Amino acid sequence: MSSPPLAPPAQPDRPAASASASAAQSPGSPTVIRAAGVSKKFVAYHKRATSLKERFVRREGASGEDFWALRDVDVQIGRGQTVGLAGANGSGKSTLLKVLAGILRPTSGEVAVNGRIASLLELGAGFNGELSGRDNVYLNASLLGLSKREIDRLFDSIVDFSELRHKIDDEVKHYSSGQYVRLGFAVAVHVDPDILLVDEVLAVGDEAFQRKCLDKIAQFRAEGRTILFVTHSLDLIENMCDRVLVLETGNLIYDGQPAVGTKLLRQRLGSLPVEGGAVPYDLSPVKPTAVTFSRDPGGAPQVQYDPGEQLTVSVELDLTDYAPQHVYLHVDILGQGEVPIWMMETPPGGISPGPGIVMVDFVVPRLPELLGAFAVNVRVSDAATGHPVTVRRFEDLFGVSGPQVAGLLRVDYQAGLRR
Amino acid sequence: MRWELLRNLVRKDLKVKYKGSTLGFAWSLANPLLLLVVYTFVFQVVLKTGIPRFGIYLMSGMLVWNAFSGSVSSACGAVVANANLVKKVRFPLLVLPLSAVGFAAVHFALQLLVLFVVILGLQYSLFGPELLLIVPAGAVALLFTVALSLLLSALNVRYRDTQHLLDVALVAWFWVNPMVYAYGLISDRLGDWTWVYLLNPMAVVVMTFQRAIYDPPPGNSTGSSSIIADTGYTFYLEHLGIAALISLAVLFLGLRVFRRFQADFAEDL
Repeated sequence: MSSPPLAPPAQPDRPAASASASAAQSPGSPTVIRAAGVSKKFVAYHKRATSLKERFVRREGASGEDFWALRDVDVQIGRGQTVGLAGANGSGKSTLLKVLAGILRPTSGEVAVNGRIASLLELGAGFNGELSGRDNVYLNASLLGLSKREIDRLFDSIVDFSELRHKIDDEVKHYSSGQYVRLGFAVAVHVDPDILLVDEVLAVGDEAFQRKCLDKIAQFRAEGRTILFVTHSLDLIENMCDRVLVLETGNLIYDGQPAVGTKLLRQRLGSLPVEGGAVPYDLSPVKPTAVTFSRDPGGAPQVQYDPGEQLTVSVELDLTDYAPQHVYLHVDILGQGEVPIWMMETPPGGISPGPGIVMVDFVVPRLPELLGAFAVNVRVSDAATGHPVTVRRFEDLFGVSGPQVAGLLRVDYQAGLRR
Repeated sequence: MRWELLRNLVRKDLKVKYKGSTLGFAWSLANPLLLLVVYTFVFQVVLKTGIPRFGIYLMSGMLVWNAFSGSVSSACGAVVANANLVKKVRFPLLVLPLSAVGFAAVHFALQLLVLFVVILGLQYSLFGPELLLIVPAGAVALLFTVALSLLLSALNVRYRDTQHLLDVALVAWFWVNPMVYAYGLISDRLGDWTWVYLLNPMAVVVMTFQRAIYDPPPGNSTGSSSIIADTGYTFYLEHLGIAALISLAVLFLGLRVFRRFQADFAEDL
């Protein structure tokens, strides 16, 4: 499987504007990695029965501190994509990579991989310090699935890539750490994978080696192979990736364009305090851009209402950057002093808007007999994960007024002198 | 099954083990030699078991036992010892316990060869049709060893007590094979219950190896009881058949447990 070396990476055949989870895939490119509803729970080590005694002494159900490293992650990666996997430490990046590599079994959900996969979770894993570089190349390559004949054929190329010909018959324990990872990387990239999974291994080694690794990845990319790599480098995501996945505490919070993903990451990794971990709306991939009030959905805007009249609160959402499959909206109607008067939300499970700009209408058939000026606070969450996406309090007001001049409520009453 | 990978792993273990040592493989003879000296002194000189050519009797049974116990013991820890690999690289995990068995098998073959050379050097008879018994006996030994190795290596990942339990069990197990004593002592004592003793596949394997290699004195007797179980062939073939069935059952169980546990190895380690 080799496309002409000058073929551009698979970017241009993708509609530039939309980058939703489904649209991020170039049309016609078959899915090579499909993860559906993948969750991974780690049970705290001391909670697990690790001896026969515990097995018998402890009854099931005593496990407490479970830790969900991944929650219901859905990812589909098409052939030829270069995908960055980003997120803070402990967000589940490596766990996701290991699940996709088939090293960890997901607690629930399914993973299907189509193609020869090579995972660089650690360079030189399985090297034995007592053996020579040559022996280790053979051993490591056979672990990664190459036959002796294939290794014989590739051996010179591996050694050349590692630039370690002068030391290849020395024991690996005498290698510097840089030389060690160089040899490991050289073996791994010669496995000729269709899909390359790379953990943060590119952070090691000197600059020259890093450049070499990146060149190799660029070459893989040009050859139309699929690459998924974990990185903390926003530059790398912007320059190397067609797509970025952002994880946070095990949830996939963003899947789409690198430019948007990095913006989100900068926000997330910076320490701007936002309610509930949500992003300020102007930086959010899903933007509540406007709120309008009218009598009927799509009707003429109107700000003044009588009690008992119909009101439609319309929230405009900009989903051009990112369209989660299920959006959950929560609207608070705020009275004086930010007191929430009532709230409205989308049905359980959220709504499923397409990409683009959408309007969500909340229709109140009869306004209550509550007078005053009201503002609107909109909270957006990803209904699939329950994770808050953003929150915005709009300045726009609508008013409900009646014949009486003071007070909040109009109450039916009769006034008279007792006889 | 990736045989090439298995071969590479066995070769790696051998290389690592003998690297930098001048005597190399000769060291693997040191342990059986020491046992030979000790057991010969205790059982021939002190306890006077009355088994002629005791050294050959002992070695013909004990080499295969040593191969078995060495295999099982190191296979048991094989997955745990390679934790780093298991957590970082995807490869068929079955090769880990199997390579421990392969490693011991290589030693066994070489030690057996040395034993043959010694027997020929002492001008005892070695080559007869009975020598062919080492083929089925070796096969059953391999089968049983692999079966138990798979089972234990998988169990040990989750229940680390397995290794300790095994080490204790192997010490006891040593004595329920007729290696340092004559088989007759057991069959005389157990009588009709000898079949229970023979349910131990290793006892049958050990006895068959003795029949194949050891040349009993005329009458096959220490004076009070027989030395080897039987001077024919069918007794051995029958019992090897039973041992093979037991081994297959263990293999079935071992494979099932291994397959079931292996998906969680990376997490349990």
